[in-house]
Amino acid sequence: MTVSLTLDSVTAHYGSTQVLKDLSLAVAAGELVSLLGSSGCGKTTTLRLVAGFLEPTSGSIRLGERDLTRLPAHQRNIGLVFQNYALFPHLSVRDNVAFGLKQRGLGAAERLKKADAMLERVGLASFAERMPAALSGGQKQRVALARALVIEPPLLMFDEPLSNLDAKLRVDMRVEIRRLQRANGTTSLYVTHDQEEAFSISDRVAIMNAGRIMQLDRPEVLYQRPANSFVARFVGFENLIPMRVSARDGGAVTAQTDAGATLTLSQDAFGAIPDRFVLAARPDGLAVTRAGEGRPAGIPVTLGIRTYLGRAYQYQCSTPGGDYLGNGPLTEPLEPGSSAILSPVPEQCCILPPED
Amino acid sequence: MRTSLHPALTITASLIFAILVAPLFIILGAAVSDTSYLTFPPQGFTLRWFTNIFEISAFRTTAITSLQIAMLGTALALLIGIPAAYALNRFRIRLPSWLANVFVLPILVPEIVLGFSLLKSVTISLGLPVFLVLLLGHALLVLPYAVRVVGASLASFDFSIEEAAISLGCPPLKTFFTVVLPNISAGVIAAFILAFITSMNDVSVSLFLTGPGISTLPIQILAHMEQFFDPTIASVSVLLMVLTVGVMAIVEATLGLTFLTK
Repeated sequence: MTVSLTLDSVTAHYGSTQVLKDLSLAVAAGELVSLLGSSGCGKTTTLRLVAGFLEPTSGSIRLGERDLTRLPAHQRNIGLVFQNYALFPHLSVRDNVAFGLKQRGLGAAERLKKADAMLERVGLASFAERMPAALSGGQKQRVALARALVIEPPLLMFDEPLSNLDAKLRVDMRVEIRRLQRANGTTSLYVTHDQEEAFSISDRVAIMNAGRIMQLDRPEVLYQRPANSFVARFVGFENLIPMRVSARDGGAVTAQTDAGATLTLSQDAFGAIPDRFVLAARPDGLAVTRAGEGRPAGIPVTLGIRTYLGRAYQYQCSTPGGDYLGNGPLTEPLEPGSSAILSPVPEQCCILPPED
Repeated sequence: MRTSLHPALTITASLIFAILVAPLFIILGAAVSDTSYLTFPPQGFTLRWFTNIFEISAFRTTAITSLQIAMLGTALALLIGIPAAYALNRFRIRLPSWLANVFVLPILVPEIVLGFSLLKSVTISLGLPVFLVLLLGHALLVLPYAVRVVGASLASFDFSIEEAAISLGCPPLKTFFTVVLPNISAGVIAAFILAFITSMNDVSVSLFLTGPGISTLPIQILAHMEQFFDPTIASVSVLLMVLTVGVMAIVEATLGLTFLTK
């Protein structure tokens, strides 16, 4: 049974502080969507609202045809995996896994069979008799995963499940989570602050800020085509250059930075260019070349520190309007202090709406 | 390898230890003294003061009253204290910070004042039976132990465990009994023992609340001493000491004494 999760214009408050602002989100049946953002962005609040530990001020939450909005948490039938595992310390691994089955009124024999089968699936069959305190972090999270999966919930939710694990284990566990989620086809909501984790595990990622979803899309799209400056900055577009169009000549658009440097951009390469926009580029997207005759037009800069990246040199570039990071070819190392030209590489740049 | 201690430290430590332990030996000595008055060092040896306890019916009845009051009063305090401690910890962020201190007031207010105010308000104004007033007074007296010690256990309890249980389909009240309580049982037992001993030993509050026909053991000891001043007092004290040591031995054997101070 796979169902979709729908949040419709959900607003939430802590006291008088609004923590979610008119948030709408649809997770398709069988899909894994991550909520990604820094602490305080509302991602955990969203998860707790769906779990039923918080009540929304307004809006509705639906799981398939069921309206969860005012349903008590224990009747929601959602599998939850916590950051700190939240295993029952006084129960054995097997009893931990069987806990949810017991609440559903299953007989002892069937509970045992299902719990053991699920422990087998997460590779912990031989640990059934152990107490949680005798397990490693990775094993604990596997038990937590088994405990959430064994009740065959229509929705799985993960709250920073890998944050307490070391780097190597994190990668193993996220592959494991993805494998089990795929195999069961369970609709999933995954909360994390780790971009790599979110991008690697998810069908789609919602990047959140200050109680809003800034962009919800496939990781590839977020990474290459951010929709706004916030998302661009989040996924590593370090150069955000506000620009204003001063002339249009057919497909060629002339635009100026705040400091007065002029760039000529081709609409064929960059797409439609509004009158005011932000040119967003990773260091790869701004090519640094020696200033001089016969060079392409661009933003004149003074070079600062040069660092060696292996595939290119990276330069700090100073302009009267601000500092940028650009990359230059290994064949032409430039000296700090010299003048250079910074020109955008169309396929590596994005034209974004201006920031307020 | 042993590090050598400075002689002054050894002497000071021994002295303090002696001062702590000496009264116990003096009581033990006085209890077996073959004299009709309290004295130390003991003159002669007899166990008749111990048998004397059981011949004086007031000791027996007050001991039973004390045990009943301590048992029921502690149970009542836990019945109020566990939910209070739970609420104080679970909703710490939402509750005002002074609220937790309200539950410590019975310790901060001088016991004499507590006893007197209970006499004024409950016994005189409401005219409740003596036993009931004693019970309520003791429950109030030991409530801080219940709240604080259980609270200490709850402070290290991870409430996401409770949420895990709820998400797995366990209703909130059932979650409290199947998941929360088993994980704070050490704190509950510790609170019970501390509260029980406090109630058994209490004089100040009981002094005001005992009435005609009903008294507690410590009050009876005081009354007996005022009248007779014989070694029976010492022998009762020895028995109480043995009882306390016995309880502590059980705690040490099952849970370890250190957990009482956690």
